[in-house]
Amino acid sequence: MIRSLIYSLTFHSIMILLTILSLPFMLREPIDLPPIVSVELIQITDKTSIPYAPKARKIIEETKKKEKERLVSEQAPPTAKAKEKPDRIPLPNEKKEEKQIVKKKQNPEEIKPEIRQSSEFEKKEIVDTNQIAALIDKAKEEEAVKKQKDDKVTQSSKKNSFATGLTLSQEDALRAQIFGCWSVPLGLPYDENLLVRIKLQLKKDGTIMKSEILDHQRMNKPGQKFYKVLAESALRAVRLCQPLKVPPTGYEKWKELQLNFNPTEMLKG
Amino acid sequence: MKKILIIFLLNIFLFNKSHALIEIDITRGNLDPLPIAISPLHVDIKSENFEGLKIKELGDNISYIIENNFRGTGLFNPLKKEAFVQKPDIAHLKPRFEDWRLIKAQALVTGKLLVKDGKLKVEFRLWDLAAAKEMTALAFTTTPSNWRRVSHIISDKIYERLTGEEGYFDTRVIYVAESGPKNQRIKKLAIMDQDGANTKYLTLGNELVLTPRFNPTNQMVTYMSYFRNMPRVYLLDIETGTQEVVGNFPGMTFAPRFSPDGKKIVMSFAKEGNSDIYTMDLESRVVERITDHSSIDTSPSFSPDGKFIAFNSDRSGLQQIYVMRSDGSGVKRITFGNGIYGTPVWSPRGDLIAFTKMRKGKFYIGVMRTDGTGERLLTENFYQEAPSWSPNGRVLVFYRETKSGSRGEGFSAKLWSIDITGYNERRLKTETDASDPSWSSLLSK
Repeated sequence: MIRSLIYSLTFHSIMILLTILSLPFMLREPIDLPPIVSVELIQITDKTSIPYAPKARKIIEETKKKEKERLVSEQAPPTAKAKEKPDRIPLPNEKKEEKQIVKKKQNPEEIKPEIRQSSEFEKKEIVDTNQIAALIDKAKEEEAVKKQKDDKVTQSSKKNSFATGLTLSQEDALRAQIFGCWSVPLGLPYDENLLVRIKLQLKKDGTIMKSEILDHQRMNKPGQKFYKVLAESALRAVRLCQPLKVPPTGYEKWKELQLNFNPTEMLKG
Repeated sequence: MKKILIIFLLNIFLFNKSHALIEIDITRGNLDPLPIAISPLHVDIKSENFEGLKIKELGDNISYIIENNFRGTGLFNPLKKEAFVQKPDIAHLKPRFEDWRLIKAQALVTGKLLVKDGKLKVEFRLWDLAAAKEMTALAFTTTPSNWRRVSHIISDKIYERLTGEEGYFDTRVIYVAESGPKNQRIKKLAIMDQDGANTKYLTLGNELVLTPRFNPTNQMVTYMSYFRNMPRVYLLDIETGTQEVVGNFPGMTFAPRFSPDGKKIVMSFAKEGNSDIYTMDLESRVVERITDHSSIDTSPSFSPDGKFIAFNSDRSGLQQIYVMRSDGSGVKRITFGNGIYGTPVWSPRGDLIAFTKMRKGKFYIGVMRTDGTGERLLTENFYQEAPSWSPNGRVLVFYRETKSGSRGEGFSAKLWSIDITGYNERRLKTETDASDPSWSSLLSK
């Protein structure tokens, strides 16, 4: 009885441990789509320099306004400031500002400087913790503003498009490059599976560090001679195409690529 | 327990990894011919002279034949030799891949030869220039007069390595050589290498010869000839030149063809005014009737597994193509298109049937699947017919006649070949006018 209980307990604890270990991996990253770029077509008149599209201009102005308002609101109301000053222990200018922001965030009605009386040490501590929270909040706020801007304003949308590895246009460029290099062997059977998967490890400049045919065991099977030829042609294409047209940034995302070569559609057409 | 833990962790690891990989689908490529460099073969300085053969030029000649074979396929683009940087002897030992890549070659053929003690030894290597590695290397020893065949065999090996299909260069084509005015044509049986070299005439031209067909398993040919206006079916051994009459058949006899195992011939002949399909066992000479129908059934052709026969018949009105089991059961019409269909020939690969189609006064050579679907017309002309498959089922050879005047002037008949993709239509060089071609199997098989 006891022994089985021990078994059960150890097994369950291991399972719990494994679940804890594995759960973060199971979580899929939220799909972070690059912002949609809206383009407004305008009539080109005699003017040669067009500063902004009228709509975009409006949006930019609006966002700027909002920003200003926000900046103003982030600063504590002048009355509060006035009240605060006599009680305050002199702090460096930067800290002052940050503190003010914190105050705004932390519901100013509750933390009234007049009521609060604490030692210098205590005060310092309070300021420090709030400072971190404020920094985080500020960062969040900034990102939100930036996103809002990106969504609305067309002119400045290129900034964070590598968030998901390759954008469609980058993928297309790469695909078009390989199309040109791939001499498809003719005489392939129509009714066989012609998928060749090649995994690549790339250097930052787009040259190939390592290439691997994922189904290489199929190459040496009897009656699959065509597959070997096809796989070799795909490999040749990749090598001939070096260096691949990879984006200048986001190396971590594309340092490993899988290319799925499949000429079936082409042969049918 | 340990195992479970390992599997569990492995799963997590793999799951995580596959999640991160970016995949890109490549569904298109180019169909341009593959650029290939064929370096002249290096002639060993120890080589001795041999019966009028220009040994020094042999290396160039062999590479020229290989080049010619490859250009003829339409799948390869042999590069000009003037652009080659490396000398043949050094290239054969270890090519400088960068130099060859510079001239945009993707594959390289190098080789060397030695003629000694009345024997020719040829070795060659095929290099993948992108991967900078050897793909295949072989050596052959033969009599020096066989150098053309060696060139074809090397071509076959390279072709096979680069396309995954068997080659068709070490093969021959038998055809009816024609000469003289249209109403007094002299027809002789002729044979040549697939590249047009080594033409030999097998009959004198006293009698009319028709429809020569190769045995798929060896170098035997069956053909028809009229002897005193009586059609006869002959068997001819090309290697020995011996001929024998298989039989006298009454009335009109058409197009005898071998079964895939070469033991039977299938043909059509008219008995009591009605054409039907018959087979004949070559050993026992027993004739067996396969179809029994009041319509005209002609042009039978076996499937490569010997289980089916395709033929044409006018049983539905117009002449169409039918398929039946080799015992004559299960007859099924497979063509339903507009026009007249004839001369079905089953591909050696078994996946397609080639045919001739006539519609609105034009002749087409086409291919379709064995159930009649996927019809593709490859070429259109005033008059063309009798397609015959290359042994790898990739190319068709047929003949084409030109329009002639009322007295037969301007008339000509030539052999043509076309890839089953419909590309690369080429004329086969023949010494005289030619018709009714039949492609042999690989000689070196």
